[in-house]
Amino acid sequence: MRDARGDVKRPIGLRLWLSGGWLTLLVLSAVFAPLIAPKDPLMQDLFLGRMPPFWMEGSEPGYFLGTDSLGRDVLSRMLYGARLALIVALVAGTITCVIGATLGLIAGYYRGWPDRIISRFVDIWMAFPPVLFAILLIAVLGPGLMSIIIAIVVIDWTRFARVVRAEAMSQGAMDYVASAQVAGRTRFGTMLTEILPNVLPTIVALLTLEMGIAVIVEAILSFVNLSISTDSPTWGGMISEGRTSVHQAWWVLVFPLITLFLTVLSFSQLGEGLKDRFDPVLR
Amino acid sequence: MSSYLTIKNLTVRLKNGAPILRAVSLDVAAGQVHGLVGESGAGKSMIGKAVLGTLPRALQVTSGEIWLDGVDLLSLPASERRRRIGATAALIPQDPLTALNPSKRIGPQITRRLVDILGWRKQDAEARALDLLGEVHIPDPARVMRSYPHELSGGMRQRILIASAFAAEPKLIIADEPTTALDVTVQKQILRLIGEMQARHNTALLFVTHDLGVVSKVCDTLSVLYAGKVVEEARMQRFFMRPIHPYSAALLAATPTYTNPDSGLTPVPQTVTDAVEREVREHDLRAGA
Repeated sequence: MRDARGDVKRPIGLRLWLSGGWLTLLVLSAVFAPLIAPKDPLMQDLFLGRMPPFWMEGSEPGYFLGTDSLGRDVLSRMLYGARLALIVALVAGTITCVIGATLGLIAGYYRGWPDRIISRFVDIWMAFPPVLFAILLIAVLGPGLMSIIIAIVVIDWTRFARVVRAEAMSQGAMDYVASAQVAGRTRFGTMLTEILPNVLPTIVALLTLEMGIAVIVEAILSFVNLSISTDSPTWGGMISEGRTSVHQAWWVLVFPLITLFLTVLSFSQLGEGLKDRFDPVLR
Repeated sequence: MSSYLTIKNLTVRLKNGAPILRAVSLDVAAGQVHGLVGESGAGKSMIGKAVLGTLPRALQVTSGEIWLDGVDLLSLPASERRRRIGATAALIPQDPLTALNPSKRIGPQITRRLVDILGWRKQDAEARALDLLGEVHIPDPARVMRSYPHELSGGMRQRILIASAFAAEPKLIIADEPTTALDVTVQKQILRLIGEMQARHNTALLFVTHDLGVVSKVCDTLSVLYAGKVVEEARMQRFFMRPIHPYSAALLAATPTYTNPDSGLTPVPQTVTDAVEREVREHDLRAGA
């Protein structure tokens, strides 16, 4: 009668190692940016504009990844940019997740009028074009870190609400939920102790995905100059500046772009990997 | 013989008014097994759900009384009703594969009710759960307590659900087609187990099934339902010897036999269903008037 499924120890896959490794590196460089950045990210030196990275001819010692058109160190700006990217990812991602998942859970489990109100709200919300919506919001709120976070939350909570609602609905139809109620649980208690643990893997996967999306949205807004003040170092801002001089100094564009790409990819891969590990059936 | 569960004229309707149960009345005596038989959609499961307060949201009880252990459940406020049901009744569900929470270990799922409702200490509840798992013939109960549901077979899970239903010594258990989702060989063991547990704990059992063969093995009395109406309530022996209602007789005749496997299936004749339909319509007219 012994079943081997419980004995399987699943190794932490390559996917989880790589994505986790990259994100750890990013967190460390964000935290220790003032210590490890070789230069001041805001310091301009017009005599040192558009210096290439260290392995190319004409590079300047001390500027490993070259400089942009105003002579600012690309590496230092990227390290400081990681701070903003991660703050946005964590704060905006988490707030979006909490708001969206709560509403989705209530709608999917309680059904009836709470579901009707929340679902109609989501439908209406999704009819707005998201990027325009964000631009409008920031135009109203004024640029700044808070505005970016608010814009991301406002645009993206519907993603959580819809997915979590569907998941809560299918879990709510299971017999174990009825059993919990027969055993005297209140509806609210049942939602927290029976439904929530079973939709948690989905929420975790969505949360990490959302963090990646938050980084992208921040980059998009920086790109159209609607992010934090224009000279603070953000990846999106760097990409936007690098675009204008891509023929003379490709490195200003390419390094932040690669970093952005790897970060977003790592977030989504981390989510997939964690989802498997959170799921008792797959674990 | 005092009855433990008494349902009087229970009517359940869809929100739009369509009747699902039509003035159902039945009695289950303490320590007795009462079968509920009928076709799909006859409302067998809905009776159980109405008693346990787990009717789907689209349905509501519009009239009637449900007396459980001398108290009319429908007259109680919701929280009090939930507490009473939790303390005196339990459910053995139809599908063991979805009836255990996949993200929790077995142990806490059995002890939950003991700790939550009866206020037992955790260690006592765990000791009790171990005993119960032994009672339902589960080998190595301590290991099973630590397992997740997906690590166990369907038959094992149904045994666990049975153990869990009996945990708080309820006076009434509602078994909603407890063997339908299992293979035939396991079905027989589970039926025997339910019978054994019921007799040992002297529990009243409301046994919902569409299988008259099963009813004949476990029940003392039964109600035959058609379209949410009880067409016949009878003691077991009398029912199988001389069913009174023509629909009951037709249902009995439609049961396939093992002795003559080539005889094909006998449907319930159209004339009989027409007659019952007429009876149901007459009932609705009378109820409306």
